Amino acid sequence: MTPRRKRMVIIALCVLGVGIAVALILSAFNQNLMYFYSPKEVASGKAPNNRPFRLGGMVVKGSVERGTASDLTVRFKVTDFAQERTIAYRGILPDLFREGQGIVAIGTLDAQGVFVASEVLAKHDENYMPPEVAQALKDGAANKMAQP
Amino acid sequence: MIPELGHFALSVALAIGLLGAIIPLIGAQRGNLLWMSLARPAARAQLVFIALAFLALAHAFVTNDFSVAYVASNSNSAMPLAFRISALWGAHEGSLLLWVLLLAAWSCAVSFASRGLPLAFVARVLAVMAIISVGFLLFMLVTSNPFLRQLPPPVDGADLNPLLQDFGLVIHPPMLYTGYVGFSVAFSFAVAGLIGGHLDSAWARWARPWTLLAWCFLTLGIALGSWWAYYELGWGGWWFWDPVENASFMPWLLGTALIHSLAATEKRDVFKSWTVLLAIGAFGLSLLGTFLVRSGVLTSVHAFASDPARGVFILAFLVLVIGGALMLYAWRGASMGVSASYATTSRETFLLANSVLLTVACATVLLGTLYPLVLDALNLGKLSVGPPYFNSVFIPVMTPLVVLLGLGQHARWKQDRFATLCRELRVPLFGAVLLLGAAVAAISAARSPRAIFGLALAAWVIASTLIGIVQRCRARQAPWRAFFALPAAYLGQHLAHLGFAVTIVGVTLVSLNTVDLHTRMAPGDETDVAGYHFKFVAALPLQGPNYDGTEAQFEITRAGQGPLRLSAEKRNYRVRAMPMTEAGIDAGLTRDLYISLGEPLDGAAWSVRLSVKPFVRWLWLGAIMMAAGGLTALLDPRFRRVSARRAARRNDEQRVTS
Repeated sequence: MTPRRKRMVIIALCVLGVGIAVALILSAFNQNLMYFYSPKEVASGKAPNNRPFRLGGMVVKGSVERGTASDLTVRFKVTDFAQERTIAYRGILPDLFREGQGIVAIGTLDAQGVFVASEVLAKHDENYMPPEVAQALKDGAANKMAQP
Repeated sequence: MIPELGHFALSVALAIGLLGAIIPLIGAQRGNLLWMSLARPAARAQLVFIALAFLALAHAFVTNDFSVAYVASNSNSAMPLAFRISALWGAHEGSLLLWVLLLAAWSCAVSFASRGLPLAFVARVLAVMAIISVGFLLFMLVTSNPFLRQLPPPVDGADLNPLLQDFGLVIHPPMLYTGYVGFSVAFSFAVAGLIGGHLDSAWARWARPWTLLAWCFLTLGIALGSWWAYYELGWGGWWFWDPVENASFMPWLLGTALIHSLAATEKRDVFKSWTVLLAIGAFGLSLLGTFLVRSGVLTSVHAFASDPARGVFILAFLVLVIGGALMLYAWRGASMGVSASYATTSRETFLLANSVLLTVACATVLLGTLYPLVLDALNLGKLSVGPPYFNSVFIPVMTPLVVLLGLGQHARWKQDRFATLCRELRVPLFGAVLLLGAAVAAISAARSPRAIFGLALAAWVIASTLIGIVQRCRARQAPWRAFFALPAAYLGQHLAHLGFAVTIVGVTLVSLNTVDLHTRMAPGDETDVAGYHFKFVAALPLQGPNYDGTEAQFEITRAGQGPLRLSAEKRNYRVRAMPMTEAGIDAGLTRDLYISLGEPLDGAAWSVRLSVKPFVRWLWLGAIMMAAGGLTALLDPRFRRVSARRAARRNDEQRVTS
């Protein structure tokens, strides 16, 4: 091969490699985007049924129910002051999970409309409210005021 | 009084920074020796004043001076002394002070260790660093002054976030920041080289030790952060692809590309413009990291509640510094001259391919980190990019990198023959297969296809590295003497590559084979996890200086081994009424046993997490080896000796031309 042709081959290989990389990245990216929804948006059917998303809100006071067995199942409700949604989770809740605290859960909706969480996040500061949750609570509260 | 002195010292440091930025720069353009020679004393004086400010703030923390607002909101008189001091960099204002202190320290180090370099070049480097310091000092004085008073003072402080009351926090931020800020030296060298118009192998030789040192600190800083998260956050994760972690990881990826590209520039006078771009990029990402962490746009442990004015300031500064450098690059880049030529099969090609792969890896992390922020800023919806994205993208990019690393170590500079290279690589390949076989036979956790894949990559790097050393020594007449005479730079390079392989082993095995059990246990209960028998012995009340809590004692037995006692704690910090989990960890070279308490359930029962984590220590061991490799390479006298000789020659040339 002449040096010129050799260079062309190298450039072609590079372009091919970059193309494959970009395709890989974008498809992975697309599959792993997780949107955030408030309980109100879930109730109005905006949330996807078949893929995980994030649901956030304030844990409703007195709604936390623990299973009796040793498997650590727990059910609780979150609210954005407009709608509530039941979340089911199995495992250890984070240190700052409390009733009245803003949380974000990652998971999917089951057939009964219960949000089955694979992960529950409560942030590491007692005054901290996840910004999405703060916004959702504000929107929900404003909505409720406007209704009556 | 002392806080006011600290405030005053910061203002003086700003003034010195302005002088040190403007005068030497003009002096270097005009060839005015007196003006240029101002750069060194200015850098040193700036360090003195910033250190004074730092000590003033430290004094306020040590003496519990709660009339200083920053102390009041981040400290408490019940906190132990070590944590009161480290609380200094526990929040926004103080960590910025640490940032500028380290920047001044790097400048000062450059001013002392640059005797052999041409004065005009040193003047420009220090001036660029002074410009950066001016930006940050201005930022502190305008938006985030740590010395502001709060009158009347509160009776006691609001305490530091309990997560941060830990030895890991005492050393993690300084280490990480030293690395972050250290890239400013490489950046300043690049900008100074662009202004002066001589970016050649001598330039690369001067920039190399600085970049390498910064990279070592960053490596250790990231490893410390990961280790801290592992034992302190209470759920045994070691990397979360959290935006703040990504913010430190991106400069590391580009910095790694940079140290390799610099090596090629120094040895062979190639990739000059690429190296300069990497230097600008690595520091740009350090600044971006500071912006991401400090602006409050991120939701994480590190993001302190802060006002948007701060974020806008840093963003503007980032645009100014990096945009300016890139414009300079566009304007002066052409003056770098032609590179030396090299064949397709040569070490240069492998180095280039690897630095491109590292850059691609960095770009994927950047995309995943910034995309949600951009979308949120444009009000297009709130979304997040989860760890699965990073995992699924990162592994395909890193795999060819690891394969090429093993190949590239054996390739010759300038020109090699593909056939010869293949022949030489038969031995390492054979060695890697043997190593992999031994690992699979010895480690039961390694018997899944994915584990074998990861271990094969690590074995390839290890075999290639070790056999490379053996082959080099055997080519000499007295192999053992040759081994002890190997240059430090060569040993350091290979040690770092071995460290990389060790980290790969750790990542592979701990990701694939961790056994994790969440269960409900009361004192007296027993359960088995991965061959270990855990017994919950007792739960005892606990009293600390600023917390109370529960200590759960466990006894762990395994066939043929005596009982091992381990205790995990649940603490409740009084001032912030914040619960904290202190995990009980038994560390071992091949496995960690990890116990953490969840929450109290009815009766005396607790929810408990029990984990067996194979080879998790290898993650950090590998990082330590990488940093040690970098430091070993720094010991190579070649850097100092040759740079002094070349610099002397350059100095003469400079005198003739200017």
